[in-house]
Amino acid sequence: MGQQLRGRASLWRRTRDRVLASQLWRSVIRHGYPDENRNRILVIISNIFLHLHPARVKRHGVKLRYTWCMGGLSAFLFFVLTVTGVLLMFYYVPDTRRAYQDMKDLEHAVLFGKLMRNMHRWAAHAMVVTVILHMTRVFLTGSYRPPREFNWVIGVGLLVLTLLLSFTGYLLPWDQLAMWAITVGTNMAEATPFLGAAGPFHELLGITKHNDIRFALLGGTIVDQNALLRFYVLHCIALPLIGAVLMAVHFWRVRKDGGISGPHGKLPKL
Amino acid sequence: MSAENARSRDLVHTWPHLVYRELCALLAASVVLWIVSLLVDAPLEELANATLTPNPAKAPWYFLGLQELLVYFDPWIAGVAIPGLIILGLAAIPYLDPGEDGSRRRFALSVYLGGLALWFVLIFIGTYCRGPNWAWYWPWEDQTVIKPTLPLTRALSPAIGWPAVLIYLGGGLLAPRLIWRDFFARLGIVRYLTVMGLLLLMIAVPLKIALRLAFNVKYVLTTPWFNV
Repeated sequence: MGQQLRGRASLWRRTRDRVLASQLWRSVIRHGYPDENRNRILVIISNIFLHLHPARVKRHGVKLRYTWCMGGLSAFLFFVLTVTGVLLMFYYVPDTRRAYQDMKDLEHAVLFGKLMRNMHRWAAHAMVVTVILHMTRVFLTGSYRPPREFNWVIGVGLLVLTLLLSFTGYLLPWDQLAMWAITVGTNMAEATPFLGAAGPFHELLGITKHNDIRFALLGGTIVDQNALLRFYVLHCIALPLIGAVLMAVHFWRVRKDGGISGPHGKLPKL
Repeated sequence: MSAENARSRDLVHTWPHLVYRELCALLAASVVLWIVSLLVDAPLEELANATLTPNPAKAPWYFLGLQELLVYFDPWIAGVAIPGLIILGLAAIPYLDPGEDGSRRRFALSVYLGGLALWFVLIFIGTYCRGPNWAWYWPWEDQTVIKPTLPLTRALSPAIGWPAVLIYLGGGLLAPRLIWRDFFARLGIVRYLTVMGLLLLMIAVPLKIALRLAFNVKYVLTTPWFNV
């Protein structure tokens, strides 16, 4: 029995070493199996995705009770939303005459359409929650302190962007829920001081219903075709692009500002 | 050698220690998301109809706290000024925090967690306790029974409103300066005024809600240009 296991183990090892030494494998991954220190470092620094991380991290930085893993999960949910969102885009046309029918088709006619839509919807809600939890964790650990102040500001920008992404997506199904939630939301923009037709001091700038900030959001005075197109383009192109850029800055600065912060209470006075 | 440098010597390899944890978190999140998506369907109501206003019409849940504030404030405050100040205030946190540790963070922690709690309490009320005409319905109450509209509200006369606001802001800015001299000294005048200004505005939100609920006060302060 023991001998058989040893035989299997050595068969596995021989096969593995063969594969790892082959020209095909080495053309993709140039280092050996990461079971010793040199290769463990190489696996991180020779991979464009993994090298978001340093090769070695502070011991507390891998602890779930310190990070809550919420920043990573927010980024992961953004990735899930991108994939499911692109799949939904194959079937959805932002035209008020057919958008709702496209939703019905997604639910009843498209293979896995309903699953894709459900995943997109619940991941979006989950992302709002994980981003808020991530912000709370960073606050509780005092990680916004020097030299990480500006990365916190970038993070606040990402929080706003998350809410805007979710809000613009809310209109797309073109059902009653969508139309009236966006009507309620954009009516608030009408109340902006100076820039909204119902806000205080709007007369000073000659603002009316037809040139105020709500009109700019909706492309009209009511939620209709122009609003649907604007929200669609913002939701699928503009906001995700801005989000991707801000995320790149956010992650890069985590590294440049000294890696993961120390546990609260142990920070040096700078 | 600083504490953080001493710790930074305490390193582990990212592979496998961090990468496998990330993989586990990612797989767990995927499984949960997948199961939830199989079991619970995303809502899809009737086709959008501009001539049929639902009662009540609700914003997405994360904005329902702001919509709930519409009961107590004019739209430019609830929908623009308050969210704007929240964003600015959040972004300013690193520049306002004097950088203290341990128990001296009690102030920072209570302000942040208090604000967060207020935000979610308002969202909870807006989501579960508001029915037709934005009247108060407990979650177990029948929303097809239309409740009578709220009693008329009143505005405080300027003779009361102005002194009340000035005493609140003036007292709020001065009192901590006199009582907690140490606090003022640590912050310096600019940070102190910014912190206290934002804090007083934040506390004013639940105060105004209480005034409205207890005494039916719609406006504390009326001016020719706007009402608060």
